[in-house]
Amino acid sequence: MGSQKRIAKELGELVQSPPDGITVELADESNLYDWKVHMEGPEGSPFEKGRFLIKLTLPTGYPFKPPSVSFATKIYHPNVTNDDKGSMCLGMLRPDEWKPSSKISAVLEFARQLLAEPMPDDAVEGRIAEQYKNDRKRYEEIARDWTRKHAT
Amino acid sequence: MSKAAEAIADSQPPSKAKAATKAASGPGLATAPLKPPRPPTPTPATSTTELTARGSSVSSVSAKKDIVTSATTSMDSDDDFMSDVSSQDDFLDTQDSDNDSLGEDFGDLDGGFSDDKDLLTQKRKPYEVEFKVLNPADIEREQLAQISDVSAILGLPPESAAILLRFGRWKREKLIESYMDHPEVTLEDAGLGTNFEGAAKLETIPGFMCEICCEDGEGLKSYAMRCGHRFCVDCYRHYLGQKIKEEGEAARIECPGEHCHRIVDSRSLDLLVTNDLKTRYRVLLTRTYVDDKENLRWCPAPNCEYAVDCHVKNRDLRRIVPTVKCACSHEFCFGCTLNDHQPTPCGLVKMWLQKCEDDSETANWISANTKECPRCQSTIEKNGGCNHMTCRKCKHEFCWMCMGLWSEHGTSWYNCNRYEEKSGSDARGAQAKSRASLERYLHYYNRYANHEQSAKLDKDLYLKTEKKMTSLQSQSGLSWIEVQFLDTASQALQQCRQTLKWTYAFAFYLARNNLTEIFEDNQKDLEMAVESLSEMFEKPVPDLANLKVDILDKTAYCNKRRIILLSDTAENLKSGEWSFNVTW
Repeated sequence: MGSQKRIAKELGELVQSPPDGITVELADESNLYDWKVHMEGPEGSPFEKGRFLIKLTLPTGYPFKPPSVSFATKIYHPNVTNDDKGSMCLGMLRPDEWKPSSKISAVLEFARQLLAEPMPDDAVEGRIAEQYKNDRKRYEEIARDWTRKHAT
Repeated sequence: MSKAAEAIADSQPPSKAKAATKAASGPGLATAPLKPPRPPTPTPATSTTELTARGSSVSSVSAKKDIVTSATTSMDSDDDFMSDVSSQDDFLDTQDSDNDSLGEDFGDLDGGFSDDKDLLTQKRKPYEVEFKVLNPADIEREQLAQISDVSAILGLPPESAAILLRFGRWKREKLIESYMDHPEVTLEDAGLGTNFEGAAKLETIPGFMCEICCEDGEGLKSYAMRCGHRFCVDCYRHYLGQKIKEEGEAARIECPGEHCHRIVDSRSLDLLVTNDLKTRYRVLLTRTYVDDKENLRWCPAPNCEYAVDCHVKNRDLRRIVPTVKCACSHEFCFGCTLNDHQPTPCGLVKMWLQKCEDDSETANWISANTKECPRCQSTIEKNGGCNHMTCRKCKHEFCWMCMGLWSEHGTSWYNCNRYEEKSGSDARGAQAKSRASLERYLHYYNRYANHEQSAKLDKDLYLKTEKKMTSLQSQSGLSWIEVQFLDTASQALQQCRQTLKWTYAFAFYLARNNLTEIFEDNQKDLEMAVESLSEMFEKPVPDLANLKVDILDKTAYCNKRRIILLSDTAENLKSGEWSFNVTW
């Protein structure tokens, strides 16, 4: 299956005309399946001015299998695990929701949108989600603090 | 002064660690559990066999055989018979759903073919329910009949009608109604769309590039469903293969196009995939069909591929224990698919099994080693030291020996000789009460467990029965037919013990009223009969020939007692005469 051709095409398009606040490159020039993504925190969010490193891994079954997205930069967010993996849980990346015609650019844009608007009901960090819902001010304070500490 | 008290929280039984059941993590990660794949289905020759559960008396066994043979020999008429049944069932199904009365479900279902019925069932016993066993071919036929029916009524292609029916979980009337009211919304929700033009075919389109693999070679074959999302054949095929083989999905495979929720229909599928995938696809579809239909359940026996059709609804399970018998001879409850558990209703069975799993070992240990704090009733294990206990939970100070207030012990510390004191006897009274409930549970549990164990032993004996029968034949000059009484006896033993076992779980939850005494008498009669048959059954082979008449009599008696007990409990259950000491 021509997954290499598809990946190369997507990479080319993303490098040529990157979406807002997102730049991509290969982690290793000889390997199409590991990407390094830099994402700027969306304006108006507590992650503003932060620059987050995201690892995007494509399975060999791509595009029939979904890519996986994880934050290498620590981030205080209900939908990102607060451990050394920093996995992000996205609905569209679930195996039964993923469509082979979905594009990486859509995944990244969706991820950035999630930074601006967390989905506390689909949280992986229940405690942070709780805080996001009940004590927004404190949540933003900590998130901004973490952004300053880890992402600048 | 030494403090020596250990409060044991109820949730942490000392002798038994609970297996932690971990729920799937975050919503994004959970996937639906899949049923283990059923083996591909070589279609057995047997066709639908209309059976009714009944006691294992000799006459009923032979009657059953008659049914099976008569049904298998008349294959041609059988199809008509089948479609008759299913269409009638459908009709009743939709009727029932608006009607809460039990009578509808269990009343006279057999308007159309009462001739057969009169031959088969003299009279159904109060604890028996009507059901039939379907083999995979029957199930497929049922689906096709309904699909072509709906296809004709709505004027949709059959593959679309199939998607619509699966979307509506085969609730035909409801579906037709909603289609009549808002056809477009219904089709959209079902993943069909309103465009039915054009035949499904592979096409080669100049300048086409597949969005999945980004190939654009000349002569690239491509396919699109009516939604128009076009992909190359290889990608389409790979996608379908992954869905069917790896994810076990069939009824709800969507178009590979992003954000498109059109369901892949069987004609598109037939055009694209290999034969083995088509077979798997059908198996998966049949599985969802049975899972979707409220009146169908798979037989839970290992490797059994039959399903049972029974019209007992979930809401009826408080008043009926619907035991059914599959064509593979496995007897199970249609309500919860556990092994036959008459006379205990499913809800109580579930509570009982849970309780036994959690409690019985722990309860035994607690009973032997602990007492309750006279004030807060926390369970306390004395961990050594003196008799001056201080409850860790409520700080109550008492004497371990007499359970009385420690403050009343005056200076006679470390030595309790105050048995008759008031505070002590009150405390002991309260304690006795809480002990009594534990003892009560253990009473029923031990009898329940005993019958379970005995049934296992009887089963071992059953395995030896055949040997016994052979040696009895040679020693006594009896013929093979004449030694069958042993086989019958051992089956009766199994069945009666199974029933007895569950009578104890039933009795545990039963609140006393006028009827419980009759129940307990029935239970006692059956138990005595079973024990004496069991004893005869264990006699050495040479004695068995002489005992033949006794064993035959006792077997018949056991079966009769079982029927009486089950009929009595089932009737009272149906009419709501029992009251229980739990809510369920």
